[in-house]
Amino acid sequence: MSEQTVTSAAAARGPLAMEAISLSKDFRVGRGHTLHAVRDVSFNLYRGAVVALVGESGSGKSTAAKLLAGQEQLTSGAIRLDGTLVEVSSRGDFRRYKSEVQLVFQDPFSSLNPVHTVRYHLERPVKLHQGKDAAVGEEVVSLLEQVRLTPAQQFLVKYPHELSGGQRQRVSFARALAARPTVLLADEPVSMLDVSIRLEMLGLLDDLRQRFRLAMLYITHDIASARYFADEILVMYAGEIVERGPAEEVTQFPAHPYTQLLVASAPDPDNLGSTLRGGGRRQGSAASARQSLEGAATQGCPFNPRCPFADDQCRREDPALMRISDTRGAACWHLDVAAPELVSGPRGGGDAKAT
Amino acid sequence: MSADPATHRATGPATGPAPGPSLADAAAPNPAPNPAPNSGPMLDIRDLSVVYRTPAGDVRAVDQVNLALGTSEVVGLAGESGSGKSTLAYGACRLLRAPALVTNGSVIYSGRRVSRPADIMKMRPDELRRLRWREIAIVFQSAMNALNPVLNVRDQLLDAIHAHLKMPRDEAQERAASLLDLVGIPRSRLRSYPHELSGGMRQRVMIAMALAVEPEIIIMDEPTTALDVVVQRDILAQIVELKDRLGFSILFITHDLSLLLELADRIAVMYAGQFVEVATSDEIYREAAHPYTMGLLHSFPSLRGPRRELAGIPGSPPDLRHPPPGCPFVPRCAYARPECRDVDMELLPVATSRDPDHVTACPFVLPDTPAPPVPSAASGNPAGELGT
Repeated sequence: MSEQTVTSAAAARGPLAMEAISLSKDFRVGRGHTLHAVRDVSFNLYRGAVVALVGESGSGKSTAAKLLAGQEQLTSGAIRLDGTLVEVSSRGDFRRYKSEVQLVFQDPFSSLNPVHTVRYHLERPVKLHQGKDAAVGEEVVSLLEQVRLTPAQQFLVKYPHELSGGQRQRVSFARALAARPTVLLADEPVSMLDVSIRLEMLGLLDDLRQRFRLAMLYITHDIASARYFADEILVMYAGEIVERGPAEEVTQFPAHPYTQLLVASAPDPDNLGSTLRGGGRRQGSAASARQSLEGAATQGCPFNPRCPFADDQCRREDPALMRISDTRGAACWHLDVAAPELVSGPRGGGDAKAT
Repeated sequence: MSADPATHRATGPATGPAPGPSLADAAAPNPAPNPAPNSGPMLDIRDLSVVYRTPAGDVRAVDQVNLALGTSEVVGLAGESGSGKSTLAYGACRLLRAPALVTNGSVIYSGRRVSRPADIMKMRPDELRRLRWREIAIVFQSAMNALNPVLNVRDQLLDAIHAHLKMPRDEAQERAASLLDLVGIPRSRLRSYPHELSGGMRQRVMIAMALAVEPEIIIMDEPTTALDVVVQRDILAQIVELKDRLGFSILFITHDLSLLLELADRIAVMYAGQFVEVATSDEIYREAAHPYTMGLLHSFPSLRGPRRELAGIPGSPPDLRHPPPGCPFVPRCAYARPECRDVDMELLPVATSRDPDHVTACPFVLPDTPAPPVPSAASGNPAGELGT
């Protein structure tokens, strides 16, 4: 499958930091069954830019992050960091890699060790990644200040249970920054937090991105937050990237039927009462109660069991990402039906008449 | 302290014990007509106060709260973690255990099946047992873990049915199956164990459990928080559809105000154990009169329309062991002024509102307050608009 020259919308922000090249990951489940958790996923991360990976649970977005973090072995594909192919064959390699690429987990309630203080959580990575001669004490205090846990001295002695969810997540951010990484992979960093705190945390992440010129991968199921936070959005479904493009374009003019479903499903207070109250369903939404219970197809386009435009071709062949513009692409045979305003003129490659 | 009559709807009991539509109606293709809403509150919470007794002093988790839930109405309870919204709901059903203690208030239940209104706070254990699940059911938070892992779906449903209804076994089995139909799960899943179901399915099973004996009121405590948006919307649409068909009332607890705006008829915004604003969803959205509500409204990124200035609410809720004098929101409020420290937290009607029951605890900020200070600038939050 050729990725047809779609340039990342994040590329303008800064130099290339990390390349994911045709990443695939299979899991053996049961006897003789294979789960293709990540299938042929390629994208780039740039310094100072945010790329969002959006999808539902089970779409493979967290697995993709774990592959990038070196915590899962690739089934196939390659990762380049600053132009060099990443090969993690020894513990030393792994440690050096981790000092460049850090992962922040979703759940601040379980990602911190309950028997250790904040100081311990931060001193360890500082010592590990910055060497023995680092001024550990000062570094830890400055880390806490970076994530705005002030006065720092007061927080150093606290245990995780003494902190609120937002404060815990700040400690997680500080811990990731302790390694002075160039790439930060944030796996649903705010979805466990209160809505009122989420924005503040995303603001903090944005601030850290600018200050440290971090190349950031923001994994979320909340496409609305990706609109505000990310430069480029990659939409994942059943392990594949089904659409990619600039955040504003993807959210305002979704091309792939799955992206359209995601956008239609987000709470929409501007459309008061028209959808849930009153009992009617949103017009044009492909969702019906039972459809979300359908799993992904094993043959053809993975979205075909839930797709309103699916036909025989969709059930037979899995579409590759097709170019819509310089920065946008979508993997759908029927873009001319699904998003006619985006696709001008007759298209080659896809047989659109089959419906 | 609030003892405002405006929070109450008409306080008369429902007119007679009219039997509600049954599951059999629900299975019929043509939905039964809705019972007329607003025929007096089904559940009337008056001056309810709950404290948590701790060695360091009482935490006033719920402070003199009034709330009425009408027939077939969806009332949303919004607020941050720790604002007391779950405590309020559980307290009203007497589900709290020590160190929590209900110190004041009454909760009048007047369902269609009971002969006369009764105060839940004064019920004997056997009366409570009849009330719970049969009249008021709860879908608990983190439903993922609320199912018994060693029982299959059918046995759990049968458990609930047999505990509350006298019913022959085969009839109960048929009901269990039709409950799964209701929530859109194939009957083949009756024999499945919780670990064999996806999160969305487990959540649906929880809702089926709550519906098992046709309650009049369902309290939903963050029922979809752990789910992703597509599944969440499916489940919410299904809840609304079921509500319209079966005519139960919903008290929906969430920290996600954007969800409530779409789902609820009325919304009560809770902060530090008190209501700060109560109004219809439309009024909350268009004419929010309390700075905290305004803050919540500016906290979620919108997907449609122009990119808005987002602010969030900096700071954290007050320590309820030592609540500050006056308005508890003062330290985080962009509109705060010296008088706020003396304000009595009384719910006042919003005169300009189209909703006659619209009340707010803030006497200074009105919906048409011009030139609101940009909260982000006032609070020093650097990232107003993200990602630019």
